Amino acid sequence: MEEKVKDITSDEQQEYVINMGPQHPSTHGVLRLVVSLKGEIVKNIEPHIGYIHRGIEKMCESITYPQIIHLTDRMDYLSAHINNEAVCLNVEKALEMDIPDRIKVIRTIMSELTRIQSHQLWWASFGMDLGGLTCFFYGLRDREKILDIFEETCGGRMLVSYNCPGGVMYDIHPNFQKRVKEFIKYFRKILPEYDQLLSGNVIFHERSKGIGKLSLEDAISYGVTGPSGRASGFSCDVRKHEPYSAYDRIIFKEILHTEGDTFSRYITRIDEMWESMNIIEQLIDNIPEGPYSVKMKPVIKLPEGEYYQRVETARGELGVYIISDGNKNPYRVKFRSPNFVNLSVFNHITKGFKIADLVAIGGSLDLVIPDIDR
Amino acid sequence: MRSIINYLKEIILGVWSLLKGMKVTGSYFFRPSTIVTQKYPSNRKDLVMFERFKGEVVMPHNEKNEHKCTGCGICELNCPNGTIEVISKTIITEDGKKKRAIDKHIYRLGMCTFCALCVKTCPSNALAFSQKFEHAVFNRAHLIKTLNKPGSQLMKGVE
Ligand code: SF4
Ligand code: SF4
Repeated sequence: MEEKVKDITSDEQQEYVINMGPQHPSTHGVLRLVVSLKGEIVKNIEPHIGYIHRGIEKMCESITYPQIIHLTDRMDYLSAHINNEAVCLNVEKALEMDIPDRIKVIRTIMSELTRIQSHQLWWASFGMDLGGLTCFFYGLRDREKILDIFEETCGGRMLVSYNCPGGVMYDIHPNFQKRVKEFIKYFRKILPEYDQLLSGNVIFHERSKGIGKLSLEDAISYGVTGPSGRASGFSCDVRKHEPYSAYDRIIFKEILHTEGDTFSRYITRIDEMWESMNIIEQLIDNIPEGPYSVKMKPVIKLPEGEYYQRVETARGELGVYIISDGNKNPYRVKFRSPNFVNLSVFNHITKGFKIADLVAIGGSLDLVIPDIDR
Repeated sequence: MRSIINYLKEIILGVWSLLKGMKVTGSYFFRPSTIVTQKYPSNRKDLVMFERFKGEVVMPHNEKNEHKCTGCGICELNCPNGTIEVISKTIITEDGKKKRAIDKHIYRLGMCTFCALCVKTCPSNALAFSQKFEHAVFNRAHLIKTLNKPGSQLMKGVE
């Protein structure tokens, strides 16, 4: 008996299986990873999902189109506004409506603010995952400024529910432009601090450079979109390739990096924050006059058919697919959520690295679990 | 020799990058104006929410205890999760006509997702959001509220 016990512990070939999550702080939600380890080396990761499955797609079939909006808030809660916009754009496309410029510009500014606050929170938690607790406080401190802007105009901080088919719920608050400009002035000063704190840190370099390499071919074949895909050189920005709202009238770069490792995913997001600020600055001073929402029929019915709309959330490409049978409820709604697809590449890029790198790679993919489970 | 120089260089660069980070955190010690922490329960008095903040749905009453709700039930229809239940009754007006009026406007705060559809779609603007955000109670039953106050009536001129 004693001999046997000794055997197992001394056998180097033995794989060791541990559960990471669903309550692990670095999985950022209720994601359970079953990790097979050989010593400290990760051999295999099996993600188990569904801990926060609420059946949003099924629920959508029994409610009306304006009511769907508030459910999409609760998928990727950090890109709440952009999710709302996707459904609204799809409904408007199906009804072949012309949307006034004011609405388009307001939506675009809000989307970019959402992107910045999402990346701020990601930076905060990514720093914390790698052991830099200061990052967490700084990131949240700056994010608060955007949340205040949201709160003043939309009434909600995270789950804004600000879009509705045909426009937005309320007009922008009189203070909105002033506050956004103040924020950009403030954040342009603060963002270099992020670089000094984390981007230039040697420990951070050691932990992120060359870790979790994702090649361009794999990014395309797995369908990894968003900053994670663009860090591998995959040009997949929906804002650029299929402009919606006001993205066709502004000048901005699509951030592309080629290394595809954890560090370049990090730098891509930092650069995106700069770019989002550029976009907002181009729009904030010339919001056109006009109505903030188009009058809709009290009961919105889409003509029979299938409709698809994609948008670029802070994590990648979100697709909304609606089949309508002409009723006030959709016949079927399907969301192509970026996080679910990005999760699929997790095992592929983590194999062969250490368990501590798993946390770094997971952080750099920036997964939001409610969006995976829906 | 070269490897030793490289090794020392790495150490010095590493320490330098750490110092750069420390400079950022250290500088905040000398800039107390940048502190954003709020001492929450003790700053309650001057903690004002934004006017559009969606705290909870309320039905504003005027000083004569009158509200604007006609009992049409549109808010109940538009609420995505059955938070609102409108119980109406039939009353006989002064000129002898039968009319629908509200008996109870029940609002279950625990189920509300603050989508603002009820407030937006009410034809007579009877609902509004209050800025109250401290919703913790000891019993779930306290989250079920009746929005129309006892003895309240429909405001004159609202159809
Ligand atoms: S609150 Fe407004 S929508 Fe609801 S029943 Fe009263 S009048 Fe109708
Ligand atoms: S805010 Fe939305 S969920 Fe809450 S009561 Fe109104 S319609 Fe229902």
